[in-house]
Amino acid sequence: MRFERREHRPLALVIATPILAIIGALAIAGMLIAMAGAPVLTAYWKILTGAFGSRLSTTETLIRATPLILTGLAAAVAFRARLWNIGAEGQFYFGAIAAAAASAHLVGGWPSLLQIPVLFVFGALAGMALLLVPLWLRLRFSVDEVVTTLLLNFVVILFVSMLIDGVLKDPAAFGWPQSEAVADAARLPKLIARSRVHIGLVIAILLAVTMHVVQSRTVFGLQSRAAGLNPAGAIFSGVPLGRTLVIVAMISGGFAGLAGAIEVMGVKGYVTTDLSPGYGYSGIVVAMLANLNPLGVVLAALFTAVMFVGADGMSRSMGIPTYIADVTVALSLISMLIAVFFTQYRIRR
Amino acid sequence: MTALIDILASAGLWAAVLRIATPLILGTLGALLCERSGVLNLGIEGIMTFGAMIGWLAVYNGADLWTGLLVAAFAGGIFGVLHSLLTVTLGLSQHVSGLGVTLFASSFSYYVFRLLVPVADTPPTIEPFQPIAIPTLSSLPFVGPAFFTQTAPTYLAILIAILLAYLLLRTPVGLAIRMVGENPHAAEAQGINPMAVRYGSVIAGSALMATGGAFLTLSAFNSFFPTMVQGRGWICIALVVFASWRPERALLGALLFAFFDAFQLRLQTALSGVVPYQIFLMIPYILSIAALAVMARRARVPQALMQPYRRGER
Repeated sequence: MRFERREHRPLALVIATPILAIIGALAIAGMLIAMAGAPVLTAYWKILTGAFGSRLSTTETLIRATPLILTGLAAAVAFRARLWNIGAEGQFYFGAIAAAAASAHLVGGWPSLLQIPVLFVFGALAGMALLLVPLWLRLRFSVDEVVTTLLLNFVVILFVSMLIDGVLKDPAAFGWPQSEAVADAARLPKLIARSRVHIGLVIAILLAVTMHVVQSRTVFGLQSRAAGLNPAGAIFSGVPLGRTLVIVAMISGGFAGLAGAIEVMGVKGYVTTDLSPGYGYSGIVVAMLANLNPLGVVLAALFTAVMFVGADGMSRSMGIPTYIADVTVALSLISMLIAVFFTQYRIRR
Repeated sequence: MTALIDILASAGLWAAVLRIATPLILGTLGALLCERSGVLNLGIEGIMTFGAMIGWLAVYNGADLWTGLLVAAFAGGIFGVLHSLLTVTLGLSQHVSGLGVTLFASSFSYYVFRLLVPVADTPPTIEPFQPIAIPTLSSLPFVGPAFFTQTAPTYLAILIAILLAYLLLRTPVGLAIRMVGENPHAAEAQGINPMAVRYGSVIAGSALMATGGAFLTLSAFNSFFPTMVQGRGWICIALVVFASWRPERALLGALLFAFFDAFQLRLQTALSGVVPYQIFLMIPYILSIAALAVMARRARVPQALMQPYRRGER
């Protein structure tokens, strides 16, 4: 048995890929649910109703999807250029704490219309800043950025934990380590009345559309794809590889930092070390499920959010550990990798 | 200053160095073996987590400690098969596949643990490996309590490091592994099957990683809790670069690293209240990044690392 590269990829196959991958992942997750002694179909039904069954759960799913779209974009943009930014988790926290600190100490008195965009910029800049060292090490010493960005996640989360237990600690929090709250003017307006859904969702979707246009219609988009497909060939045909990677990294880190800022301004109002249930890492899965397509990221983020919110509800009523959501999401990444492979290759006996 | 000297002169520090180094030695050797055959295995963080969980679970359910280690190694090998399927058979991106394996292995560990171990206020514990005092050597002043009263897996890890160095650098099997990692096409021309060599290396390497994880729950601590691996896997990946892909240097690198870690732990207690504890906890990660930056230029990377091998395709 050997594999042969396909001459062209049928569109139907490309569209069916993520769907098949998710079905595969759900089938394996189903075995794990059965292993726990629970009826599988009922469990799936409970996940679905847990995510969409009521107004509350639907809005909760949309809230969860918002940061996932942004961290998914962060990974998708970077991976397209083969820049392995796995540091979105740390960048998320750094963006969140930057926005919280700036609102509490710098621009807290400013009116919403001015303060919110400024805080977005702070969050994005914080995310970008974290990529500077890994990027420099990669370009100057060819150090693999996967390991440096991963290790930085731990450093940043400890740093944030130090800040919210020290200089940025909220004195009114009864001794709990949490940051001072953002100013009321910095809270994001609600998108849906009487819910927690905020305008961050619209911003995230607009950014996904923008990225789609940038990647498919601009010179930079072409250059970043070229950098990923064939770095040597890209240099040969005049692509400024270093500069392209720097811009890609700044966009990627910016998205992840912005995700943190939006989360703290839109949902919680202050930073704790459990602000993110692994949004940075889930973003990697979201990006791969979307096959690195920015518009696909929105759908993939929605799927991931459904799994997490739905599994919460399902686990409460059926006694299956909530970790089943993480397992399913991780499995869908692996099965997506395999499915994408079979859109590019066929089996030859 | 005297406080520093006191810390350095305590046998407890040096005993802790070996204890902290053990999972790092095993993990680094595992990652090194995979990479020497040309496969980067970023599944390490998840594989260590799974090893820690399954080894502990086996002992919790009545197996003896050595069986626990074996169960962990076997489970690690299975994840090695998964990683090989993705990266060797299909030739997929080793970065993304490895991250996928890590995400799956760690979330699966937590799932199984939650499912099989009831939630309790105090985490259930097992009776871990006890230190073994090596006769006569352990009664030496200072050196005895520092180096010769460790638990059995620590001695085993050092033995494995020596054996692996011998295997890789002095035997035909080691030569085959190194050849496949440098130039699989040339290896195939010599009658070596690159796919089989990579499968074998990744499976054995993953088994070592899982054993390193199991050390955490069976010797260093006596219970399992989520996120207990705490990035040790990623540190191992950095240590492989630091060791320039050489097993004997991996042993030294892990020991050096563990020394800094043990030292910061004691400094943390000495300076508590003056400096936030988070600063000390950051040190291992920052050191790893620094080690990568310093060594990356000098290190000799296996030339075929991260290049999938497909017969007849270049």
